[in-house]
Amino acid sequence: MLEIKNLHARVEGKEILKGVDLTIRDGEIHALMGTNGAGKSTLSNVIVGNPKYEVTEGSITFNGKDLLAMTPEQRSHEGVFMSFQLPVEIPGVSMTNFMRAAVNARREALGQEPLKSTDFLKLMRDTQKLVDIDKKLVSRSVNEGFSGGEKKRNEIFQMAMLQPTFCILDETDSGLDVDALRVVAEGFNRLRTTQTSALVITHYQRLLDYIRPDFIHVLLEGRIVKTAGAELAKEIEDRGFDWIKE
Amino acid sequence: MSPEQPYVNLYQANRDSLIAVSPKVMNTLRDEAINVFAQKGFPSRKVEAYRYIDVPQAFEGKDSYAMPQPTLPLSAAQQGVITLNDEVLLNKYYAKAADNEDAITALNTAFSHECICIHLGKNQVLDRPIELTDMFASEEDQMEHKRILIVLEEGASASIMLRYAANNKTHILTTQVVEVFVGDNARLELYELEETHTSFTRFNNVYLQLGRYANVKHNNITLFNGLTRNTIKATLAGEFSEVTLNGCVMADKSQVVDNNTLIRHEVPNCTSHELYKYVVDEQSVGAFAGKVYVAEGAQKTVSEEVNQNICASDDARMYTQPMLEIYADDVKCSHGSTVGKLDDMALFYMRQRGIPLAEARMLLMQAFVGQVIDEIPIAPLRDRLHIMIEQRLKGELDKCVGCARCK
Repeated sequence: MLEIKNLHARVEGKEILKGVDLTIRDGEIHALMGTNGAGKSTLSNVIVGNPKYEVTEGSITFNGKDLLAMTPEQRSHEGVFMSFQLPVEIPGVSMTNFMRAAVNARREALGQEPLKSTDFLKLMRDTQKLVDIDKKLVSRSVNEGFSGGEKKRNEIFQMAMLQPTFCILDETDSGLDVDALRVVAEGFNRLRTTQTSALVITHYQRLLDYIRPDFIHVLLEGRIVKTAGAELAKEIEDRGFDWIKE
Repeated sequence: MSPEQPYVNLYQANRDSLIAVSPKVMNTLRDEAINVFAQKGFPSRKVEAYRYIDVPQAFEGKDSYAMPQPTLPLSAAQQGVITLNDEVLLNKYYAKAADNEDAITALNTAFSHECICIHLGKNQVLDRPIELTDMFASEEDQMEHKRILIVLEEGASASIMLRYAANNKTHILTTQVVEVFVGDNARLELYELEETHTSFTRFNNVYLQLGRYANVKHNNITLFNGLTRNTIKATLAGEFSEVTLNGCVMADKSQVVDNNTLIRHEVPNCTSHELYKYVVDEQSVGAFAGKVYVAEGAQKTVSEEVNQNICASDDARMYTQPMLEIYADDVKCSHGSTVGKLDDMALFYMRQRGIPLAEARMLLMQAFVGQVIDEIPIAPLRDRLHIMIEQRLKGELDKCVGCARCK
């Protein structure tokens, strides 16, 4: 599904990624761990095409297509979704208008007719129930005045609306208490199909108790320095990252 | 030749035909007005209130535009709330708020030949809004000098929309003077909506006079235009009166919108609010100057003024000048102004969800000015304006919304 080769990238003139190789196949869950500043968020932002990040070398292909040649919206239409570490508040833009624009843009890219208003509103209602998000949140402006937990739940709601095939969860656990974390993780698990792949970025083992990864990678100083199975999380939780560096 | 001379000549050439058809009170003020205009001249950029536009240039060469031949009003309704040239009303109010201090007003007073009058008697309440549409439909380049007088007697209440629309793309120059007298305990919502064309040059001077406990909400919405200058002067002359001056501007291409407002707190215990929001895109220019003047002795004045703007392109320019001039010591006044760009993080967030960049920009601009629309109390108007703004941003506002002529 996703193939990253020798990826170098920088932000504001500073090189952060220094040759990342990563292959994620259909249905696989990969976790990415690492210290602050190791480049985890840079990698996720580069995958989704944040214009603030500049790729200087390497390639990313997604289902055989050159992802780096696509705009952020085209990547989204291909099925790439990122749950943001800090979801953005957009005052004055209602969740309904936001989701309608997103859903219909994707449908248009896939050569489908836009959803009729009644069908769209039904999809909104059904999805609300599926991910158990408060109806009131969906009637407000995008993320405006939402608590940290509500914002993360809203990310999962959007994921459910757009049904991506590849999801990046960028520190979805940050700022969440245990209960909120479980709700969000369960929401994600419910949405997964056997084809869905994911890259889960986290500092802690906690999230990985709920979303069980097939592989764990450790990113340090812009390179993946270790790859192992799910058991690695426990070891990192106990011993930190220093032993890997050595 | 001075920039004014062609207009003075034009006046001399048309003086007799203007006088032949106009109410007496309008004629008695003409000669003096043209003299004041000739003497003062078009305000240059050195005049504080006109520093953001080039007025002489805006008028240059347009004196050749056809002036509609003044004709005696025939079938205009002479009863009801809206009348033409109500002489009793004109004698009492005409040019009482609009003096010759402003040269554009003087020019208008010299050339106007008729006045639309809206008059509500004591305690008269209109349960439905009035909409006056100024539909410019000339086949040739044209000049017009319009005059409107709105008088609400004590306790009266009305909602009035003045809409300026264009039917075709000939060049139009207009000056307009609107005088509004709102009596004690009276209430007025006054909307001005411009959806004209890039070939328009509009100078619009609005004078609002408020009595005791009077309440006026003025909404000034520019959706599509060429060069527009709105001068809004609100005078709080009766205690406990309240005025709201709101406005929003969407400009692109090489459109110019200059809104200049003055709120005068002449007496104690009055309140004023002001919210103006602009989105200027492409090569357009926006200007906002808002002055709140608190006279000596006008204690317990409460005033808040906010102007927020987005420059959506690198070439668009926005000038903003919030001003407070206070001669009383027990007042609560605030003013603030911001100029920013579209939020990059919000744009990227939307694009990640698949919303194309152009549409994401549109949603942000719509949300930004939407705040002004949301404050409009008339729900159907609010909904319509939201739709119009959306169409404006999509470039679909060439036709006037809901207008049978343009279908």
